[in-house]
Amino acid sequence: MSAPVSGARTAAAFERARAEGRAALVGYLPAAFPDVEGSIAALRTMVDAGCDVIEVGLPYSDPVMDGPTIQRAVQQALDGGFRVDDLFRVVEAVAETGTPTLVMTSWNPVERRGVERFAQQLDDAGGAGLITPDIIPEFALEWIAAADARDLDKVFLVAPSSTDERIATTTAQCRGFVYATGIMGVTGTTQATAEGVAPLIARTRATTDLPVGVGVGVSTGAQAAALSEHADAIIVGTAFVRTLLDHADDRDAGLAALRTLTEELARGVRRA
Amino acid sequence: MTDVSTERSRFEADDQGWFGEPGLFGGRFMPEALMAALDELTVAWQDAMADAAFVGEFEQVLREYAGLPSPLFHARRLSDRVGCRVLLKREDLNHTGAHKIRNVLGQALLTKRMGKQRVIAETGAGQHGVASATAAAYFGLDCTVYMGAVDTRRQALNVARMQLLGATVVPVESGSATLKDAINEALRDWVASVDHTAYLFGTAAGPHPFPSMVRDFVRGTGDEARAQCLEQYGVLPDAIAACVGGGSNAIGLFTAFLEDDEVDIYGFEAGGDGVDTPRHAATIHAGDSGVLHGARTYVLQDDDGQTVESHSISAGLDYPGVGPQHAQLAHSGRATYLPVTDTEAMEAFSLLARTEGIIPAIESSHAIAGGLKVAEQLAAEKGPEATILINLSGRGDKDMGTAIEYFGLGEAGR
Repeated sequence: MSAPVSGARTAAAFERARAEGRAALVGYLPAAFPDVEGSIAALRTMVDAGCDVIEVGLPYSDPVMDGPTIQRAVQQALDGGFRVDDLFRVVEAVAETGTPTLVMTSWNPVERRGVERFAQQLDDAGGAGLITPDIIPEFALEWIAAADARDLDKVFLVAPSSTDERIATTTAQCRGFVYATGIMGVTGTTQATAEGVAPLIARTRATTDLPVGVGVGVSTGAQAAALSEHADAIIVGTAFVRTLLDHADDRDAGLAALRTLTEELARGVRRA
Repeated sequence: MTDVSTERSRFEADDQGWFGEPGLFGGRFMPEALMAALDELTVAWQDAMADAAFVGEFEQVLREYAGLPSPLFHARRLSDRVGCRVLLKREDLNHTGAHKIRNVLGQALLTKRMGKQRVIAETGAGQHGVASATAAAYFGLDCTVYMGAVDTRRQALNVARMQLLGATVVPVESGSATLKDAINEALRDWVASVDHTAYLFGTAAGPHPFPSMVRDFVRGTGDEARAQCLEQYGVLPDAIAACVGGGSNAIGLFTAFLEDDEVDIYGFEAGGDGVDTPRHAATIHAGDSGVLHGARTYVLQDDDGQTVESHSISAGLDYPGVGPQHAQLAHSGRATYLPVTDTEAMEAFSLLARTEGIIPAIESSHAIAGGLKVAEQLAAEKGPEATILINLSGRGDKDMGTAIEYFGLGEAGR
């Protein structure tokens, strides 16, 4: 299948949000947290309650960009025996809903499986693409080639510390959307503000027509509303993870809380 | 010596940090948020190394504060035992007790030059943490040291040292709560603080430029040893040896000898309970190519690319990765890397204490154990004039707790 550039796998979700005059809501959870079936149920709940795009995290032993909350969840998945094959099961189950489903992953598990093989398995599972927080395009040539061959989305990150030149280099290699980190820091630590992120979004927009999503440091409906004035997508992870951690002993209550949080965030992206 | 000043040595990294063939070992696998800082550091380091005033000040600090150059010592009783000349580069006599003072004084001096006021560091055995806290105190910098919670317990004395020197020690509970997790936590701090904080990386690993920069700051070990060997004995050694965890002391020794093709180079990794068991840290021997802590190198990992926990009786070698230049030296065959078990290392620890009156770090005991095996081969092949030069990278004060437990010491008697 060959798709035009505008036909990136996440494009329809972004276009629908744009047509509704709002930002898209992107929700993250690690695969196999609290376990494989539990993560599928949780992610489907998030889809049902208003997430436009889903990010499935690949639990990895040595994450650099994850803060303590996500790392706790990831460790639980690893302790529970997570294998990379489980990731593709989760992706397939979520993608079946018709919601674009990307994988967020540190680089080594991709390299270990073989970039081509990983890309093929992701494609076979109906995944939309990869978000790669610890590799920049210059070092990801093999992934770029594999993704281009399959029209998988390639989401690289830009940061407040990025030079304009680096932002241009990065966005030139993105497909689907660009991930702008809302803070200088890891997930779930400090909170992003519209004033803090707006300059980065503006600098990013100056280099690309792709949608720009803001993640890292975003957890509330109010933030989603404020940031929606600037960004095309609001990406939330730690808050979802924390909700499940807070209800570790009662799965139904966890899913109910997850639904409530998703609805709050979905309202947030519509308030801008 | 070969003049390599007009072109890049085959052992140098390229501009992207690749050693040897581009894409094979090294590189810079890090979040975009750190790219500006890594670029800034690269420029600052290269400018500094080309600035005679900086190099002069670094050398002066090493000489007047760290007590360098360290002696090259002829271990006569050991030599008699193996049948050829055994030379020890006495980095254990450096201020703070190891080669690591060279690295941190270099990086801290660079931090001052860059106008930053805070440093962070990670540490396993505590040696790099103590050295970092020392350098921070000397240069008047704020210092935070990340240390695996397991390591804070087994190296409590070094935690106290760091605190006495004014550093904040943060125990890291995540993952295996050892060195690799301390590195992860330090990287996370750095992402959030990079505008005013320098990361004093503890070994010749990590993203470009750390492997090359750390090597530059510690290469004095080999430069001194090579000159001392020629001056004192009129010959180059037949072989040199060092222990390898991340590999900073080893690359510090090896660099001066890389172009000397007649000198055999040996790195000794932590074989733990044995490389045929799951409990070891012999990364080059038993690892596979992968990406860890910012570089492509050999990594102890499972089929899914998850890092496998390493084990060594020496906290300083207990690391599942290795500096990428070592990976390249192994891949190219220029250096040979072999495992040494905990038992072999502890036997060497005891042997050096009793034959030469030197209590080495357990890290360095791996080099002694492996080096003496090489020495016996050399003696058999070349006779008593053969020479092996072993880097005694640190002293054993910090390891006395382990030694007391291992040997059952402390009761009156032997």
